[in-house]
Amino acid sequence: MTFLRSREAVLTGALLVLLALIATRFPGFIAPANLAAVFNDTAPLIILALGQMVVILTRCIDLSVAANLALCGMVAALLNVAFPGLPVVVIVAAVTALGAALGAVNGLLVWKVGIPPIVVTLGTLTIFRGVIFLISDGAWVNAHQMTDPFKALPRSALLGLPVMSWCAIAVIVGTAVLVWRTALGRSFYAVGGNPHAAVYTGIDVGRTQFTAFVLSGALAGLTGYLWVARYAVAYVDIAAGFELDVIAACVIGGIGIAGGIGSVGGAVLGALFLGVIKNALPVVDISPFWQMAISGAAIITAVILNSRTRRAKGRLILRQTEGHA
Amino acid sequence: MTDTSLHRRLPDRLTTRTQRLLRSWEVLLLAVAVAIFTFNALASPYFLNVWNLSDATFNFTEKAMIAFAMALLIIAGEIDLSVAAIVALASTAMGYALQFGVGTPGLVAIGLGTGLACGAFNGFLVTRLGLASIVVTIGTMSLFRGISSIVLGDGAFNGYPASFAVFGQGYVWWVITVELAIFAVLAVVFGVLLHRTNFGRAVYAIGNNPTAALFSGVRVDRVRFILFLLTGLMAGLAAVCLTSRLGSTRPSIAMGMELEVVTMVVLGGVNILGGSGTIPGVVIAAFVMGLVTFGLGLLNVPGIVMSIFVGALLIGVIALPRLIGKLRA
Repeated sequence: MTFLRSREAVLTGALLVLLALIATRFPGFIAPANLAAVFNDTAPLIILALGQMVVILTRCIDLSVAANLALCGMVAALLNVAFPGLPVVVIVAAVTALGAALGAVNGLLVWKVGIPPIVVTLGTLTIFRGVIFLISDGAWVNAHQMTDPFKALPRSALLGLPVMSWCAIAVIVGTAVLVWRTALGRSFYAVGGNPHAAVYTGIDVGRTQFTAFVLSGALAGLTGYLWVARYAVAYVDIAAGFELDVIAACVIGGIGIAGGIGSVGGAVLGALFLGVIKNALPVVDISPFWQMAISGAAIITAVILNSRTRRAKGRLILRQTEGHA
Repeated sequence: MTDTSLHRRLPDRLTTRTQRLLRSWEVLLLAVAVAIFTFNALASPYFLNVWNLSDATFNFTEKAMIAFAMALLIIAGEIDLSVAAIVALASTAMGYALQFGVGTPGLVAIGLGTGLACGAFNGFLVTRLGLASIVVTIGTMSLFRGISSIVLGDGAFNGYPASFAVFGQGYVWWVITVELAIFAVLAVVFGVLLHRTNFGRAVYAIGNNPTAALFSGVRVDRVRFILFLLTGLMAGLAAVCLTSRLGSTRPSIAMGMELEVVTMVVLGGVNILGGSGTIPGVVIAAFVMGLVTFGLGLLNVPGIVMSIFVGALLIGVIALPRLIGKLRA
């Protein structure tokens, strides 16, 4: 019964209704192969939404994820061009570490200097984009400059699914274990739910927020490689504005922007919801120019629904105490 | 031996007025502005030309119009990330009306009206439904920009009437552009509104403690709603000026402007968490950002690299006082 009322159940229902509506216009959309393709296409959004979720849980926000992704993607492409012999695994490890380092810059500014996260990441967002221009001279890195193994990894199939999808699945499982089964994961909730109480239970609030930023940065770095290798092109503006999609996925997934509330399932479903809309618009003959307005409307609806459910919960507690008295 | 401490007079204030002024954010910022001005004048021979400087004001006038209203909104503890999308939607609405032969006064009314309507929508969601403004305006940013892109597609609106060009291309007197004049008038209006009226005191009160403000008789939600309206209106005005200056409406119009507006406000010393900030600070911040972009432009630094400086400036000016404070402690 609690599951039926949960945000995940509502979202799953909405997703199924959405898929059913699409199927009436274009039955092929819900074929398993196509759904797998939609999942694969949404993989970057899922990975980043999970990183963002952890950051938002700690009462912070990371607006620099898309710029971080683009910078790491460009570095991956440039490494590949400069050292074609370098194994792809080394490149992936290098850019994931770079992403984590960029996240650490955000985290340190929040933790050690005490600047509000929205200001920090607004600043680093513009700085990262500028740095991409500096290291690439504004030039594109095109498909013919990249080596074949570099481009092939995200698409190569493993047990019927592309590596890109497996990456998303690994991140989903990893984050779920992290937030459910580790002390660090629980401290993300504690810090966001009540920072003062967290301090008294022995949690270092700043350090926990720092860790969240590092995690979000590392995932952005990994996605940077996946993005560039999959689309086989790297330039200054890749994934421009993608940070908003990521935050939108979190908001739709019921992650409370005030911190402390949210689940892995919610973030994944929120990302899938946006991914299905994006992939369905062309096949049901709606101009792709509608996509932005639809996701905007979806975000606002989700925010309104979130506030409703939370208000109801508050009343329930009141009624219980009244009953006791 | 007499006890001197008993005879020592206690000062009325711990610091004198001048001491406080010298340590204030605005003075620090002004020093930065003068330094950048001097550096630019030494670095490029084309900098100290009144016409070049006049052109340079376009770097900040439109953004500053929005920044004034945004400053009030942020002081009151809210934020509006949809301003750039409102500019795009207002410009699209004007371009759409142009197809039906609407004249200049009509276009201006439509631009301002669209801004007001968008502001009212944000205000309604935040005050009536009690939602967090940061998520609401991320949503409406997508919605407004989305509606604009449905109308525009990948096309553009051109052919604005010649009389419409006055807002973005006209001069009031000598090198003073119409936009600069609007900027100056708005600076005074917003300065008086925030620092000399009951409404302004209410804005600070709400930013510091909304519950206390409510219990002291401030109509909190009404003030918030008015602030969203005002921000929408200013975005509409910026849309009129920008569209008039560019002479066209394209899908990429005002892309990323919300970040520059917020940067300007925060650079101006407004606390992003609400409760404090001044209009003179925002005015100086506007000049600082205009001078940086213009000076770097003269040195042939590409726009995207300038953003590194703007980003570093944003983090730097906020980090510096905090770091100094930590070192002292």
